[in-house]
Amino acid sequence: MMETIISVSQLSKTYAGGFQALKAVDLEIEKGEIFALLGPNGAGKTTLIGIICGILNPSEGSVSVGGHDIIEDFIKTRSMIGLVPQELTTDTFETVWTTVTFSRGLFGKKADPKHIEDLLKKLSLWEKKDSRIMALSGGMKRRVMIAKALSHEPKILFLDEPTAGVDVELRKDMWEVVKVLRESGVTIILTTHYIEEAEEMADRIGVINNGEIVLVDAKTELMRKLGTKQLTIELQQPLDRIPAALSSHDLELAAEGTQLVYTYDTQAERTGITTLLNELYQAGIKFKDLSTSQSSLEDIFVNLVKRPS
Amino acid sequence: MNLRAVRAIYLFEMNRTWRTIAQSIVAPVVSTVLYFVVFGGAIGSRITEVDGVSYGTFIVPGLIMLSVLTQSVANASFGIYIPRFTGTIYEVLSAPITFFEIVLGYVGAAATKSIILGLIILGTASLIVPLQVAHPFWMMLFLVLTAVTFSLLGFIIGIWADSFEKLQVVPLLVITPLAFLGGSFYSINMLPPFWQTVTLFNPMVYLISGFRWSFYEIADVSLEVSLGMVTLFLVVCLLMVRWIFKTGYRLKG
Repeated sequence: MMETIISVSQLSKTYAGGFQALKAVDLEIEKGEIFALLGPNGAGKTTLIGIICGILNPSEGSVSVGGHDIIEDFIKTRSMIGLVPQELTTDTFETVWTTVTFSRGLFGKKADPKHIEDLLKKLSLWEKKDSRIMALSGGMKRRVMIAKALSHEPKILFLDEPTAGVDVELRKDMWEVVKVLRESGVTIILTTHYIEEAEEMADRIGVINNGEIVLVDAKTELMRKLGTKQLTIELQQPLDRIPAALSSHDLELAAEGTQLVYTYDTQAERTGITTLLNELYQAGIKFKDLSTSQSSLEDIFVNLVKRPS
Repeated sequence: MNLRAVRAIYLFEMNRTWRTIAQSIVAPVVSTVLYFVVFGGAIGSRITEVDGVSYGTFIVPGLIMLSVLTQSVANASFGIYIPRFTGTIYEVLSAPITFFEIVLGYVGAAATKSIILGLIILGTASLIVPLQVAHPFWMMLFLVLTAVTFSLLGFIIGIWADSFEKLQVVPLLVITPLAFLGGSFYSINMLPPFWQTVTLFNPMVYLISGFRWSFYEIADVSLEVSLGMVTLFLVVCLLMVRWIFKTGYRLKG
């Protein structure tokens, strides 16, 4: 049985200017999972994270973290959370070591140079520990921000667009770190534009658009939808209806009877394509072309967020 | 109480001071020495005693106060404005720390810095003019209260300001003029009666008067009134800071 670690209930946020960034959002994050929040710019991802972490005030609704309310018991909830914000905001004049040590102290944890050392080594920052942050590259600064967020050993880690503007190598490194963290029991919530990233890493995927959660599903469930493929058969002669001999297949007529569309599961042991083509031949149905198509997570995503609200 | 967090903020801010030691400590000391040379030495030599004290000696408490006031405001306003400006404030806001602890860290560091500065100026002055401190305890009390109060005011300004211009406006247009007109360089008894009354609306008069009393036992207003006014000002600033944190004004959207 999964245990809920973050519970968002009817959460709304309207900014001073009148813009409603979140509309009665309900969301449950399970302990130990990697949850990917997908959504276009301005969908409300950062607002949602900001409220949970205490940077923004909610307008309505409530959030509990580890069973504690984020307003009433903020000391408890914030101790559990590490945040890597989207913007590269760092103390430019500080060294890597001081800034990461500062973060640990700020979160009320006893100084632990060994932990900081391990962390910096894991993030390939050890050689840079005495460098000033302004002397680091963008990717290195991103690592510093991750080190800051992990300095106080959080149980929950928020990564807001962690790989935006990051090179491929660093992205891979980062996913390694995330995997190790997950193995140690840390719950990870990430927002991303990269669908393949969500596919690669996440256990569950939530899609947010216009301040509303449009869909939350296990990744495998989405992959199953993703796993269906369609074979389109262009016929030489249009058909009025699907011949009885072919009724055992999942077939549909399209384009005024000039196309037969066969939907099949790529994950299945047998796709049934050979049988279908044999039976078409035996039924005397001739075709001039064949094509296959696959709906990607990206298509699902685009369809979801384009749907008029 | 998250003492580790208070300590972290305090040390972080003090670290900033040591890193910018020239602008933090040396610059105000140099400008104060210039005041001594100009007002104490050049002009002061032509002025007779004020309230029985030579002019150069008379201006020492006022000069210390002038620096402590302006530096407290500058230190604290920068301390909190910079993280807001760069965005690093996100970390403080997301940390398990109460607003009181945040203020303790930032204001504590800013006040510490101005107290150190005040004592350095006092030391410097003692090399230039003959000095005596009649009531060291009261002197320290006024110094600490003033540093804390004006660091709180600076903190408020640093939160209110949404541009570097605004950050400079209050210190330049309000604090410095009030401190100059508050009797740093003269006894308010030297003013015409009408302006003496006007001056009593200037809160700086009470700070400088009380502080000067702790040196030479001469004062423009009574010690009790001075202390009462400083405390009142401190309480007003504390209430404002409390309001800021309760509402999240300029900190949380």
